[in-house]
Amino acid sequence: MSKNGLVLADVRDGELRHVTLECLAAASQVMEDGVVTVAVLGSNAKDLVEKLSHYGADRVVTVTNPKLDQYTTDAYLQAFLQVIEKTDPDVIFTGHTAVGRDVSPRIAARLQLGLVSDCTAVDRVDGKIVFTRPIYAGKAFVKKAVREGEVFATLRPNNIAALEADTSRSAVVEELDVTIADDSLRTLIKELVRKTADGVDLSEARIVVAGGRGVKSAEGFQPLYELAEVLGAAVGASRGACDAEYCDYALQIGQTGKVVTPDLYIACGISGAIQHLAGMSNSKVIVAINKDPEASIFSVADYGIVGDLFEVVPMLTAELKEVLVEN
Amino acid sequence: MKILVIMKQTFDTEERIVVEDGQISEDGVEFIINPYDEYAVEEAIRLREAHGGEVTVITVGPERAEQALRTALAMGADKGMIVDDEELDAPDEYTIAKVLAAVVADLDYDIILGGYMAVDDGSAQVGPRLAELLSIPHISTITKLTVDGDKVEVEKDVEGDVEYLEAKLPVLVTAQQGLNDPRYASLKGIMQAKKKPLQRLDLDDLDLDEDELEAKTETLEVFLPPEKEAGKILQGEQKEQVKELVHLLRNEAKVI
Repeated sequence: MSKNGLVLADVRDGELRHVTLECLAAASQVMEDGVVTVAVLGSNAKDLVEKLSHYGADRVVTVTNPKLDQYTTDAYLQAFLQVIEKTDPDVIFTGHTAVGRDVSPRIAARLQLGLVSDCTAVDRVDGKIVFTRPIYAGKAFVKKAVREGEVFATLRPNNIAALEADTSRSAVVEELDVTIADDSLRTLIKELVRKTADGVDLSEARIVVAGGRGVKSAEGFQPLYELAEVLGAAVGASRGACDAEYCDYALQIGQTGKVVTPDLYIACGISGAIQHLAGMSNSKVIVAINKDPEASIFSVADYGIVGDLFEVVPMLTAELKEVLVEN
Repeated sequence: MKILVIMKQTFDTEERIVVEDGQISEDGVEFIINPYDEYAVEEAIRLREAHGGEVTVITVGPERAEQALRTALAMGADKGMIVDDEELDAPDEYTIAKVLAAVVADLDYDIILGGYMAVDDGSAQVGPRLAELLSIPHISTITKLTVDGDKVEVEKDVEGDVEYLEAKLPVLVTAQQGLNDPRYASLKGIMQAKKKPLQRLDLDDLDLDEDELEAKTETLEVFLPPEKEAGKILQGEQKEQVKELVHLLRNEAKVI
């Protein structure tokens, strides 16, 4: 049986987000012998074709309407609906990102589809596509499937490995013109202020350095930023640090914040409240640095250092600089 | 202003999760208003305080969910509505959005608020789905809201960046952390809440047939993550611990 897969690409600042390549891998994995198509929107869509074909796309549909250069719900909704109509997919994947989270439920509602969001694994079991997704911020998991209609899912960044790049592959490219009327755009973007321009995005970061109340002040985050820079890591925080106004809520990790699953999580001055553990305890490797040997963060940490973060973190930064430069 | 808030009752975030007979056990669990919905309730009350009007809080859930509505009424909402029907035994986001759309279709509204996700299922779907069913725009993950005449100005969190947007009413917005600090219900508020109208509805009241509400997705299995074993607390001189940590991260864990 032939199955057609469609990946809705997520492009930020003209660059493909890695989760799009992860979606391609997931689509390739659940397809039997069908074609995997990627839809890319925006003026530079064509520049991304080669990379997409190397990572598993059989066909790339580009939509180069200037109204798609910046994400708005209505413009993307119309464009994606037209792509779906043209490609008639059995399976649709996109990232569980600001864009995917915003537009996918609207697409699903319009087409009366089930949507399994924020999936961390995809399998094929007895011909059925089965998704694993966290509930209660990772305190538990469910396996879910779509009962009826096309299979539609958003995939959490950083959980499904992308395919190895194969530079010998090339994809069929099709351009699709979509009409987006001015009066169909009901929200108007006045301004976008980049706060994360120099940093690494928390949800896609392979390494996260996070601070808690033990950081003591906004300035106290500085050594964490220095460590993060050496590691190419994103900086996060516990709710305690956000509530104490040491940092912005955008950095908060936990049950009422972001849920992260990086390869390495370095918790600095974080005691480990259950709500915080829910947001990070599924990280692959956890390092805890805390003065209090009784802190519950040590119960989930793979490696712990009992000590003052203001001594340990700069030492760690210096050591890493030395070791990483050697290699 | 006619203000609607869609909300959900969830487990208290401090609860540990226990799986029993393949399901999440509710034994002895404390329930709260989903924290993101609580921001929506607070913002709705502030809008009414600034512009006048009425705040109606709406939920779909079992009988116990009435308690979350009472809490919202005690905070200052004016009216509550709960859809509780035993035919809604395994709803998914498709189902819940359809039910809410049927409730809202019979109401006047200028703005609808809700949390951007619920801390239990974390799917972040119901708000945008409802907006689509009502054919109105939505703006998700907002951290600031101003209503000026028939226009809203909004600050939206985009994975750490901030977007400033405008839209015309009616609009649906979903709350992100940072929008406000929800108030506690005062004793006076709690007393007053007991007298506020709370309407109970079932599918017949909404002219909805259970067949058209059948969930599009199904849960096959519920399980807990593997228990994390406490790892290695490093010993010795601090400097040596740091060296050992870097060595372990590179050679044992292989993550850097």
